[in-house]
Amino acid sequence: MSDKKDSSSKEYSFYPGCSSQSGASSSNYLTSVNSMCEELDIKLNTIDDWNCCAASIGYTGGGELPRVSLSARNIALSEQQHPQQDIVATCAACWLATREASERIAHSTKIKEGTGIALKEAGLEMKNDKNIRHMVEVLVEDIGMDTISAKVKKPLEGIKIAGYVGCQTNRPFGIDGESFENPQYLDNMVEAVGAEPIRTYEKKVSCCGGALAFSEPDKSFILIKPILESAMDNGADMIVTPCPVCQMNTEVYQDKINDKFGTQFNIPVVYYSTLMSVAFGRSAADSALNGQVIQAEKLNKIAK
Amino acid sequence: MSDLNQALATKYKGNFLKEVIDNVEKGDMVQMCMQCGVCAGSCPMGPHWEHTPQKIFMMIRANKRNEILQSESMWMCTSCYNCIVRCPRELPITHIMHGLASYAKRLNLVPKTQPTAKFAQLFWNNLTSKGRVNELKLGISLYFMNGFGEGIKVAMANQKLGMNMLKTKRMAINEAWGGHSVKDKSGFHAMLKKAAELESDAIEANSK
Repeated sequence: MSDKKDSSSKEYSFYPGCSSQSGASSSNYLTSVNSMCEELDIKLNTIDDWNCCAASIGYTGGGELPRVSLSARNIALSEQQHPQQDIVATCAACWLATREASERIAHSTKIKEGTGIALKEAGLEMKNDKNIRHMVEVLVEDIGMDTISAKVKKPLEGIKIAGYVGCQTNRPFGIDGESFENPQYLDNMVEAVGAEPIRTYEKKVSCCGGALAFSEPDKSFILIKPILESAMDNGADMIVTPCPVCQMNTEVYQDKINDKFGTQFNIPVVYYSTLMSVAFGRSAADSALNGQVIQAEKLNKIAK
Repeated sequence: MSDLNQALATKYKGNFLKEVIDNVEKGDMVQMCMQCGVCAGSCPMGPHWEHTPQKIFMMIRANKRNEILQSESMWMCTSCYNCIVRCPRELPITHIMHGLASYAKRLNLVPKTQPTAKFAQLFWNNLTSKGRVNELKLGISLYFMNGFGEGIKVAMANQKLGMNMLKTKRMAINEAWGGHSVKDKSGFHAMLKKAAELESDAIEANSK
């Protein structure tokens, strides 16, 4: 686990990642994160000139050293630009790849030397002394559920929500020392904004297929179907997730899954930041509700 | 490529475990496996592996070099990290599977039709071109990775999905012309070139 920082420091070196860019698949995530952070007095300082982390599928072309170098460059830029701040990512794969790279460099002399030589080609060097954190860690560890509750202007009363944590915002690092099999943080967030969490949601930490939803859609749809089914069986009005790939896979393929399995799924899948933005009283646009392929009508009504 | 494969196979003849330890990411950890099978039982893609990770670890010790490197098994890994957190010996199984897959690719042994191998390479080419992923181009190259005719069919089948993404501004047509990029492209490319060279050189050296 990363060392906890003084809770008074609410400024972070921000690594937004490729899918958050304008016109990209989780640009709606970034919109709602920005609104959420404004309300919680969290300042995100974007790492200037950041690059892709290679996500979890870059290993093939990248091998180890080129892949680790990608994250090393981001860390080096962050050290240069925001020396005192933890790096924070909103994307699960960005967080994982960056933290993994940092640990790999710390634990292997060979990798440390290799990335050092490679970075020099880009005129950079790194100390590797930063905590690499996910936004949900900031919320859980630095902000706290009480503060989040206190900021709620429009409680999401009566909305039942299945918290789909997924894989990479959970494994291998875990959030705040929680169990890998049944982490509670997402349910706690749902509760903090006044909605009703489904703590018995069986598919909370199941895999959606990740990047294999692109290359092996049929195999992945077999994984996505029970994630949706379990949410429906538990009476969920919507699913919430902290991960861009989880969000995409469980939302945008529902049509195709219905075609394939004869099901009738039409359940919205939102980000925790969507819930918070709405509950904090922000507009539908600020909460990026227009980014839902499957509209979250119950949130639309509250946000207006 | 195949020369490198031949050279490595000859150099390590009869000791694939040593070859893995020397050349595969986290390969040294293979020695820690005690064959409990928790990884195999925890994998969401379990039914689709020809050889489960547990079996692969034993096959490495049994010198089943080609059976492993030419297999589609490692390409089933979704990077869910279930195996890693459950392994009682704390083997970084996900990384070893990635490492074996990447090593097989380096030696040109991957089955030509393996879709994840193809997609993963497209992804790498896409991100390294400008330093950031261009999702529109990635999507199009994915659709057309099995040829033009197949591509048109896949694109048609995914028309509604594409429209949904455009409508919600989660896909942008203008990415086709320019798209997002790092500013220091030359530094970025020089860094990657050097890193790739260092890695290739190390494996080349091991083949001699």
